[in-house]
Amino acid sequence: MISGGVTKFAKAHPDMDFRMMVKRAFDYAMKDVPDLRTSDIESSRISYFSDHFARQLKAASMVQDYLGLNPRDSRRIEWGGATGGQAIQAGWETVASGRNEVCLVAGFETMSHVETWKGNEFIALASDTNFDYPVGGFYTGYYALMVQRHIYEYLRKTKYAHVKDERKAQRAATEDAKRVMAMVSVKNHVNAQHNPYSQYPERLTMKAALGREMVAYPLNRPMICTMSDGAAVAILASEDVAFKYTDHPVLIKGVGCGTDTMRLADRPHGSVPLFSWEKAEDYANLKYPGVHSFRAGRAAALEAYKNAGVRNPKEELDFVELHDAYASSEIQTYEDIGLCKYGEGYDFVDQGHPFLEGMDYGFDLPHKGTIPVNPSGGLIACGHPVGATGIMQGVFAFWQLQGSIGEHFGNERLQIRNAKRGLIHSHAGTGSSVTVTIMERA
Amino acid sequence: MTPPKKFSKFREVMKEVNAKGAAIYKNPVGTEDLVVLSPYTIKYIHSYAEDSPFFLGLAKRKLLGSECESCHYKYATPRSHCMNCGGETKWFNLPKVGRVHSWTTCYYGGEEFLKETPFNLALVEFDGVDTLLLTRLKEAKEADIFIGMEVEAVFRASPRYLVSDVHFVPTGKARKK
Repeated sequence: MISGGVTKFAKAHPDMDFRMMVKRAFDYAMKDVPDLRTSDIESSRISYFSDHFARQLKAASMVQDYLGLNPRDSRRIEWGGATGGQAIQAGWETVASGRNEVCLVAGFETMSHVETWKGNEFIALASDTNFDYPVGGFYTGYYALMVQRHIYEYLRKTKYAHVKDERKAQRAATEDAKRVMAMVSVKNHVNAQHNPYSQYPERLTMKAALGREMVAYPLNRPMICTMSDGAAVAILASEDVAFKYTDHPVLIKGVGCGTDTMRLADRPHGSVPLFSWEKAEDYANLKYPGVHSFRAGRAAALEAYKNAGVRNPKEELDFVELHDAYASSEIQTYEDIGLCKYGEGYDFVDQGHPFLEGMDYGFDLPHKGTIPVNPSGGLIACGHPVGATGIMQGVFAFWQLQGSIGEHFGNERLQIRNAKRGLIHSHAGTGSSVTVTIMERA
Repeated sequence: MTPPKKFSKFREVMKEVNAKGAAIYKNPVGTEDLVVLSPYTIKYIHSYAEDSPFFLGLAKRKLLGSECESCHYKYATPRSHCMNCGGETKWFNLPKVGRVHSWTTCYYGGEEFLKETPFNLALVEFDGVDTLLLTRLKEAKEADIFIGMEVEAVFRASPRYLVSDVHFVPTGKARKK
């Protein structure tokens, strides 16, 4: 990767249509590599999630057209919530295969054109429309179902095993998990205060985070990402030409992608695909993935670590930008990608591992900064214009690895010192598709 | 149409567009953006195809699952071919009593379902069946529900041929007709 650009994510951008948003992000990225001419870009991979939101079929062709890239190779990439992550991998394949030297990855979403609850309906159309959608048509509901079981498996059966009354035990475990999810929400909102691209920067307190309106028990407003308008681009180049355009390219070292059933109801209850540091005995009584964990995320991480030669992600990664559409799925993802074992996600937060070292969150944490997760503020605080989101993560990771956060954010607060290797993670469709990409300073 | 009115708050623009069909947004970035109402309705002719027997079954107060004829994996949400071995499945009657595998109470929902909030969703597990069924859980409040709670199927008296023709209630809470 040789350059990137992001528009500020916002509730609505009535002054820009989707083409203009991409153009702005594209111009920003081009300015950063002045020796690269538009004519050097041989192909594009353009991503947006929903034809319902866009209400313009072949919108990717219109982006290609607006950027002046005709008559070169282009295609649209769509992969639900993981659309952006998949677009980066599609661009990587184009370059890594030797087909092209320079490929543009560009993504956008315009979600402001319908009202919020109609938007929720559109998103829920990415669930089985025979069996799942007519029951409630609500993604937050699906993720609430998943985290309730996660809490049951990993808190009720352990920390709250001593409580005899089943209802009381489950309630206590859920309230405990809510507290930890609020900590994740505080982390991401507080980090975002220093990210000028974020939609919801806020000095959020635990009291405020826990006090806000419930959406689907136990998930409340600050634990859920919102709909946004936005665009992001990443310019990828082969190792042969990258240094022609920048002294600080970033290597896409390994990619992985995993999948699972669309319907939660169909998820198997089998055994865990293990990382090298895990043993089958660790999960002797665990039925996996059930609805509590994301097998797609585990499969994507296994593939990406293998390709990148990562043996111990907690030690070898300097930061992670992961798909926190919900505070719950951020915690579930720590376990899927091996930052901790299954069942350790809540404690991982309590210990402070995913928080930034020099940041004040309003509470004490014993082990801050082990492996910062979502230093940018993540989806919860940056916003989630679906087709742009995974590319946005790629751009933030790129700037981290270049050491250029200060230049692009106007302040150094979120710069991870001496960051050498990072992970980006994109997640879709109740966990039916996940991408993991490892990026390294070249 | 009268010339569109101008507003400096986008919320007011949305209100005006919904009422009058058009408005101008005096954008703080310095532009004047014309915003119009653009309706879009569709009626699909949707076939349940191979899933049809399940929906016809609900109308006869039957809950049908499917079982793989090769590996005997049993699906509570039916599918015509097995995801494990690719074998064909046959229909079987699911028990009408199961347990809550996971649940939530939704205070919001997709626009179509907002008027029904709050409502409970539950994934139901059945003895001897390998997969789950997503359903509404009625006659129970957030504070009452727990994982493991026994629930039973209730069928809609006049079918709408939707999966919501069946819902579940805590055992013993079915309204006697």
